[in-house]
Amino acid sequence: MSSLETTTQDLPMAKAINAGLRKSLTDSDRVLLMGEDIGTLGGVFRVTEGLKAEFGENRVLDSPLAESGIVGTAIGLAMRGFRPVVEIQFDGFVYPAFNQITSQLAKITNRGRGNQSMPVVIRVPYGGHIGAIEHHQESPEAYFAHTAGLRVVSPSTPNDAYWMIQEAIDSNDPVMFFEPKSRYWPKGPVDFSASAAPLHASRIVRTGTDATLVGHGAMVSMLLQAAEIAAGEGISLEVIDLRSLSPIDYAPILSSVTKTGRLIVCQESAGFVSVGSEIAATVAERAFYSLQAPVIRVSGFDVPFPAAKVETFFLPDADRILEAVDRALAY
Amino acid sequence: MVEESPTVQILSTDGTFQPSAAAEEYLPLLDSLTHADHEQFYRDMAVIRRFDLECTNLQRQGQMALWPPSHGQEAAQVGSARASKPQDHIFPSYREHVVAKIRGVDIFGIVELMRGSTLGGWDANDAANGNFHGYTLVLGTQTLHATGYAMGIKFDGDIGTGDADRDAAVMVYFGDGSTSEGDVNEAMVFAASYQTPQVFFLQNNQWAISVPVSTQSRIPLYLRPRGFGIPSVQVDGNDVLASFAVTAKHLGDARNGLGPSFIEALTYRIGAHTTSDDPSRYQTDEQLAYWVARDPILRFEAYLRSQGAGDDFFADVTQEAEDFAADIRRRTLAAAPVAPASMFTNVYSEPHPVMDEQKAWLEKYEASFGEGNR
Repeated sequence: MSSLETTTQDLPMAKAINAGLRKSLTDSDRVLLMGEDIGTLGGVFRVTEGLKAEFGENRVLDSPLAESGIVGTAIGLAMRGFRPVVEIQFDGFVYPAFNQITSQLAKITNRGRGNQSMPVVIRVPYGGHIGAIEHHQESPEAYFAHTAGLRVVSPSTPNDAYWMIQEAIDSNDPVMFFEPKSRYWPKGPVDFSASAAPLHASRIVRTGTDATLVGHGAMVSMLLQAAEIAAGEGISLEVIDLRSLSPIDYAPILSSVTKTGRLIVCQESAGFVSVGSEIAATVAERAFYSLQAPVIRVSGFDVPFPAAKVETFFLPDADRILEAVDRALAY
Repeated sequence: MVEESPTVQILSTDGTFQPSAAAEEYLPLLDSLTHADHEQFYRDMAVIRRFDLECTNLQRQGQMALWPPSHGQEAAQVGSARASKPQDHIFPSYREHVVAKIRGVDIFGIVELMRGSTLGGWDANDAANGNFHGYTLVLGTQTLHATGYAMGIKFDGDIGTGDADRDAAVMVYFGDGSTSEGDVNEAMVFAASYQTPQVFFLQNNQWAISVPVSTQSRIPLYLRPRGFGIPSVQVDGNDVLASFAVTAKHLGDARNGLGPSFIEALTYRIGAHTTSDDPSRYQTDEQLAYWVARDPILRFEAYLRSQGAGDDFFADVTQEAEDFAADIRRRTLAAAPVAPASMFTNVYSEPHPVMDEQKAWLEKYEASFGEGNR
C-alpha cells in the first residue's frame, strides 16, 4: 500500500480503520475478520473494502446473519488461538449478541482462572447524526462499560482509529471498539510512523483555563466547536478526548479539573446510568475541593433514540454544550 | 420429505446382543473393542453413579450450593466420551461429569465449582485435562464456542490429512431443553455453512427441569438438524455400545472432513434436575418405572455377565467406586477457604488499574479489622 511509504497522509476514518485492519491482517495470520456483508461488499460502511480479495475468505468471513452466532463462534476461534475482529453492522444490532458478549466473552478469562485469554475485538459503528431509521443511531457503550472483563474504547480521529484498532487487536482482553459513524467520512492526518498514545489513555486535545469539557467519539468534534465559539467570547475551555471508556484514564481529567474548577461531561447516549454519570460521580469524589461548580452532564434525553427528523433536538450540539458551560460559570 | 429412521440399539433392554436394523452399519465400529474395554465402560458408569450419590449427599449436608446429577445418563456419556480421541475437543454443558473424568480432568474441580469455591474448576488448555472445556451454565452457549473452535480446526487444516494422530474433531454436549435456544440453532447454521468437523451430541433426558420434551419440539429432535443440512441419527442413549459405535462413526467422519453431524441419545434423568428440584411434582410413577427398567448400568451388567464377567469383577468395581467417593468426601471436607482478593486476579489477562485499586482497597479494609477480629 502506497500510503505506508509516506509518514503521514490525510484519510477519512473509514479508510484509516481499513488500513489498520490491513496492517494487523498482514502482521499476524491468526487475525480474522468476521461479520455481515464485510467480505465481497466491504461492509455497509466499506470499512473492510478490498480485504477479502486481498486475504481470502478464510481470513475475512462473510458470516451468516446471526450476531450471537458471530460472537459465539469468534469465542471458539479465540480458544483455538485466533484473534477474531467482529463487525456488528449497526449499534442497535449488537443486542442479539449481548449474552455471548457479557456472559461469555467478558467472563471466560476469569472463569478459566486466567488460563484462557479472549483476544476478540468487536467493532460497533455507533451514534447519530446520519438521519437513519430506528436501531441505526444508538450509543450503547454504557452496557459494555458496566460489564467487568470487557475493555471499551472509541476513537475520535482517523489517526487514533488507525492506531487504536491495531492496539485493540493486540490486546489479550476483549475490546469493544465503538466507531463514531458520523466521523467515518471527514478526513484527518494519519501518522503511520508511531502511535500517539496507549490504547487506554485519555488526551487533552485543547488546553484552556475556565472549564473542562470531556467526551468521546463524535462528541469530541462538538466539544472543539464549542470551545472555538467560546474563545471568541473570551472563555477558555479545555477539551479532553476520553478515548477509553473502560478503564477510564482519570489522571488528565482530575488534573484538568484541579486547574479549571469546572467540568462538563458530554455524550450522545441517554444520561441515566451512563459513562458520563460515572465520570461525574468519580470527579466529585476525588476532586471535591477543586470544584467551583457541580459537574454538569450534557447527554441525549432519556428516551429511545428519536425519529431522524428530530434527532438534532436529541443530540447535544455546540449550543447545548455552551448552555452548560454558562451554567457552570454562573456558580 | 422426512424419512423416518429407527433408533440405533445394539443391546436390548435385558442386555442381550440384538442389534436393531439401524445399528447394522455401526457394528464394525465395535470390532476394535476388547473385553477389557467393555469392563472399563462398566467401571466408568458405576464409579460416576457412586460419585453422583456422594455429591448429592454432600450437598444435603451443606457442602455444596447445588448438585446436578447424571444418574441415568451414564451410558450416553461414557459411550460417546470413550469414542473420542486425545486430539478431539469436548465442549460440555454442566452434567457431563464422567466425560470430564474420562478425558483426564480431576473431577474434584466440579465439586469446587458447585461448592462456590471457584467459577471454573479446571484449565482446558492443560494437556492433562484432555481438551475438556469449561462447564457452561447458560444453556446452549457452548454450542457456538464448539462450532467456532471447529471452524478453527478446519482453517488450520487439521482434518482429512489421513494422519490419525492429527485429524481432530469437536464434540459438544447439550440437552433437549437447550435445543429451543437460539444459540443451538445458530450453531447448526454456522456448522453447516462452514462444514465444521463437529458432532452435536444431544442427550434427550426427556425433561428441561419440569417441562417435557414435547413442549420443546413437535417432531423427534434428531429430525430437526436435517432442516439445517446436517445429517443426524437417533441412538438408544442407555445402550453404551450403541452410544460408542454411533459416536465413533460420526467423530471419524468429522475428522475425515465430511462435516458436522448430530446424534440424539434417548435417555432419562432418573431423579432431579439438580438438588434444588422436586421431580415428584411433574414425573409420574409409571414414567419412572419405565426408565428404571431400562437402567444403563444394569443392562450392561447383564451383558457383561453373559460374556463371562463374574462377581469378583463387580465387587472390585464397587470397591473402586466406594474409594473414589470417600476420597471426594475427604477432599471436600478438607477444602481450604478461598482468598477474598482472588476475585480480582483473573478478570483481565493484562494489567487493569481498577482491579489493582479495588484489590488494594479490599486488602487494606480487611486488614483494618486486625488478625482474627472479623
